[in-house]
Amino acid sequence: MHGVWQRRLMLTLLLAPALLWLFALIVLPHVDLALLSFRERTAPREYQAGLAQYRTFFTEPLYWHVFVRTAIMSMLATALTLVIAFPIAWVITKVARGRASSLLFVVCLIPFWVSETVRALGWLILLRESGVLPVLLAKFGLTAVPVELLYHDTTILTGLVYTSLLFMVVPLVSSLESLDDSLIEAAYDLGANGLSILRRIVIPHAAPGITAGCIVVFMLTLGNYLTPNLLGGKNSQWFTELIYTQFIVRFNWEQGAAFGFLLLALSTAIVALGLRLSGQRFVDVMRRS
Amino acid sequence: MSTAEPLTTADPLSAPDLGVVGLSKQFADHRAVDDLSFSVDRGSFFSILGPSGCGKTTLLRMIAGFTLPDGGNILIGGRSMQGVAPNRRPVNMVFQHLALFPMMNVGENVEFGLARRGVQRGECRRRADAMLQRVGLAGASHKRIDELSGGQRQRVAIARSLVLEPTLLLLDEPLGALDLKLREHMKIELKQLQASFGTTFVYITHDQSEALVLSDHVAVMNRGRFEQRGTPQELYYEPATAFVAGFVGANNHIVGRLTGVDGAIAEIETDAGWRVHARKSGTMTVGGSVEAFVRPEVVSVEREAALLPQDHVRYAGEVQSLLFDGANSAVLLTEERSHFNIRVALPQTGRLASLEVGERVSFSYDPRRAICFASDGAATSATGSSMPASSHG
Repeated sequence: MHGVWQRRLMLTLLLAPALLWLFALIVLPHVDLALLSFRERTAPREYQAGLAQYRTFFTEPLYWHVFVRTAIMSMLATALTLVIAFPIAWVITKVARGRASSLLFVVCLIPFWVSETVRALGWLILLRESGVLPVLLAKFGLTAVPVELLYHDTTILTGLVYTSLLFMVVPLVSSLESLDDSLIEAAYDLGANGLSILRRIVIPHAAPGITAGCIVVFMLTLGNYLTPNLLGGKNSQWFTELIYTQFIVRFNWEQGAAFGFLLLALSTAIVALGLRLSGQRFVDVMRRS
Repeated sequence: MSTAEPLTTADPLSAPDLGVVGLSKQFADHRAVDDLSFSVDRGSFFSILGPSGCGKTTLLRMIAGFTLPDGGNILIGGRSMQGVAPNRRPVNMVFQHLALFPMMNVGENVEFGLARRGVQRGECRRRADAMLQRVGLAGASHKRIDELSGGQRQRVAIARSLVLEPTLLLLDEPLGALDLKLREHMKIELKQLQASFGTTFVYITHDQSEALVLSDHVAVMNRGRFEQRGTPQELYYEPATAFVAGFVGANNHIVGRLTGVDGAIAEIETDAGWRVHARKSGTMTVGGSVEAFVRPEVVSVEREAALLPQDHVRYAGEVQSLLFDGANSAVLLTEERSHFNIRVALPQTGRLASLEVGERVSFSYDPRRAICFASDGAATSATGSSMPASSHG
């Protein structure tokens, strides 16, 4: 009896930090924000429960527009990241051997030693009108005068893909590493070509890794504030900027909280849809990655 | 779409299924395959037997097309395979760990190759089902790979290849991962499958028992070359080199100097002064170092010397240990004067089963059934005095 009691105490103590963290930093603020989002101001310092904040979202076209735009751009960034990261992960796991393989991995990792702000500022130096790339383009006569490469949607996408690349490469590498080379050889031996090996052997095997990478990258992109703001400027129209504005500029916490929950609902819905479409289970995906 | 039809004008029926001409492959500092030439007849079961690192896997991978040779040519069904990719060769391979596709069920595994050839879906399914039935897995097409036993997986791997009706089926030690009991069972099954399909099998293994039991012809490979090619019986009874004698079947390996020759029989004296006799193979000079091989079943052992054949030299020894293994039981004797340890098979009747450690016995053997070779120094280290544990001792 003594042993059982002791084991229970041990388990409780071990779990305590995690539970405390979960409760204090995730559950409590969300409950508070949820309460905030469901109240409306009737007079100074007077509030009543209501759906006014959510109603505003649906009646104001700008909010809608930014919301949908953020979702589509995030999906696009996720897809691009996957397309770029897959060959990188393939080279790291299947082409490079030994030291070269670890070296390539480190090369992917190194940019992340620098803070995201500094990396975004690096892009500014490269892409602004008087920056390195426009000046070079003008010098080689590809453009008449240096052009402004910042503040385009493409710039935002570039920055987002660059920021997310590692989070896609890591799960892909771990799932491709477990792919036995002899399966690829066997498929080749049975008459398959590169494309059918990719479609029938590699992608089904790597599916949990692909899904995990996509979920992580999509979440990070959707919730990113810094990169769209710095690289897109006023044109970025990212949903997190609306939330920021409501909280910090307008001091309208009620509206900001409602936007926050809408973003949470959006990301949950899209991830659920993605899992449904790819036939994956969330638990399996998280276990494999 | 790859077919077995040769494009050359040569009569396809007269060409051997596999022809290898002057094939070589060099890896950094060692020659994996060294100017190898051989051919394999249509419908035969051909094994390549050799220790690990002898180059047999490299040879197989070159035939399959996964490794490019440095020199020489490979002809399959009379057609040169130069510049033909693995997915276009009329060859299929059963991989060492089978490499079944875990993301597909049994039926999809078997249909995989057919679908790649553009065979219609319904026809794919029909042929796959027929093939599964032939290998004794009827109705298993909806099972997942991890639901199958080791032996069933083996059969799926073979079915997946044979459904494509290859000219040649390559097998890369497919029994290696199975436990002993299943391995014995699968040996018989493989032999029956090969006989019923009539496809040419090229099988590589380091297990001499697998090679002897399964094959019509065996090549013993060492250091990138074939030491000897022949039927299992030829390899066992007429080994051409010391390496083959040491590698195929259990053998007592006796190293000494040649002290005399009497017709076909050589007299050998070991460093410890033991005089033995063996049939001479190849040329050798008196005084030169030689190595003799005496199979355990060639030696007769008796409690009383008088019971041994009159015309053979008799030796006295002491039982050092008993190696009971049912019908394959043996004793390890220490020869009295030289203290050489010799393995001797016990009669299968169990007549001498009561021998005890430390007992003094007499033994003799027919020198015409032992064989000796001139030492070239190299082969000695390769064979050593190791005695592969086998059912052929």
